[in-house]
Amino acid sequence: MQPATASRSDPLVALHGVGKTFANSTVALAGLDLTVREGEFLSLLGPSGCGKSTALRIIAGLTEPSAGSVDWQSNAARDDEGRLGFVFQEPTLMPWANVFNNVLLPLKLKHAPAAAAAERVNAALERVGLQKFATAYPRELSGGMRMRVSIARALVTEPALLLMDEPFAALDEITRFKLNNDLLEVWQALRTTVVFVTHSVFESVYLSSRTVVMAARPGRVFTELAIDAPYPRDQKFRTSADYAAFTRRASDALAQAMAAGGEP
Amino acid sequence: MTPAARTDTRERRDRTMRIVLPIVVFALILGAWALVVRWFAIPPYVLPAPGNIAQTLITDWSLLWQSLLVTLVTTFEGFLLAAAGGVGLAVVFNQVRLMEYSFYPYAVILQVTPIVAIAPLLLIYLPQQVAVLVCAWIVAFFPVLANTTLGLNSVDRNLADLFSLYGATRGQVLWNLKLPSALPYMLGGLRIAGGLSLIGAVVAEIAAGSAGAGSGLAYRIAESGYRLNIPRMFAALLLLSVAGVAIFYLLALVNHLALRRWHESALQDER
Repeated sequence: MQPATASRSDPLVALHGVGKTFANSTVALAGLDLTVREGEFLSLLGPSGCGKSTALRIIAGLTEPSAGSVDWQSNAARDDEGRLGFVFQEPTLMPWANVFNNVLLPLKLKHAPAAAAAERVNAALERVGLQKFATAYPRELSGGMRMRVSIARALVTEPALLLMDEPFAALDEITRFKLNNDLLEVWQALRTTVVFVTHSVFESVYLSSRTVVMAARPGRVFTELAIDAPYPRDQKFRTSADYAAFTRRASDALAQAMAAGGEP
Repeated sequence: MTPAARTDTRERRDRTMRIVLPIVVFALILGAWALVVRWFAIPPYVLPAPGNIAQTLITDWSLLWQSLLVTLVTTFEGFLLAAAGGVGLAVVFNQVRLMEYSFYPYAVILQVTPIVAIAPLLLIYLPQQVAVLVCAWIVAFFPVLANTTLGLNSVDRNLADLFSLYGATRGQVLWNLKLPSALPYMLGGLRIAGGLSLIGAVVAEIAAGSAGAGSGLAYRIAESGYRLNIPRMFAALLLLSVAGVAIFYLLALVNHLALRRWHESALQDER
């Protein structure tokens, strides 16, 4: 079931020597080199303060790097904002708008024709299993459902690159496992590229085809691991010896990265 | 009885008490009032009995009703201008920082200077009807301006990032993000403004009344005072209070209807 490797190897976006120093002279990133390849599920794993969220924001264009460059290497350039989806740590929904209008937002801002937009919103809602909740308001939904709405909104523009900033960190484990599975399903169906920031070794190994381990002070790439277990992955993978071996390697890498980063 | 059912009964009793107790207190006060007036044989031009006031309310109804309408129209116009001016200024200040720096201090000055002191001056320069309206506007617009400004600046930062990610224009951010975010604050400001525009109108009418013109309810109070028609003073005062309470609850209702689907302040306790 693993998609052909040839189409996956083309780089989609590359960060070259990216550094970020904030106004209070905190060095969030220094000399970060990172290539995101088309079609992969890449996770950025690291302790808090290693600048993984900053790296994500720089890719998204929400933060300007103070050094280095971000190069988009295919026709899916960042200029067309619709080619990018972003999922925040919080669902970040508009409380005054119902589920349908929340998901519609990216299309509405682009002045998409109403009928076609409605169709795409419904398709996105169906993909995350919320088609029955189109008229509900965010406050009427559970935390997991709100996050699904947030994911549907990110998917509605059919982005070439989906950026996720610890989206499931605030959810309980049962909900998180469910959303992990659903996210993998969506990723496989859409063949979109995902960059997923997390501080969970287990989540990172379960989801990604490649894990980049980052170290702090200053934030940089420490090492990377290919998680070359086949997709689709399910509960069986979660309890397999392979999974245990990958998580051990990732944990070791993370421990070394934290040692290299020094104490805060 | 289950604990839940017991809580239910207690809540119902609580709700009944909330309505019954103020009425009981009102009745007691009126009773005591009537007794005191009768017991000490106080003449009506010093303190009229409640019954006397009620009677005046009926006999003078057409006069008082006309005056009430005049005051209410002024209040309503002042309120509308305050709402438009407050929200409009807040949006302009939010979009053009230099305008905020230039004019916000003057909005504060206008607010902190007591309206009673400004009213006579306004009456010198402006036709009376306009002066009254300007007074109502001056007192009422500031809470709308201050609250709306706060609301426009209280936008969720992640949502703002999301809008910029999707390349939203300034206009789109204002209309789809900032104004909806500010709505609860704006409505809070309007609730305060409703009461204040009534106060502004009354203050200006009183100030104008001493100059001998006008026909609003506050003017009736001043006029009745000169004529020692104390029952009519009380009757007019009662109407003013009722008008104030009605304005307050009307705006609370608008607030509830606008926010009930989504805002924390309007949530029913569902636990």
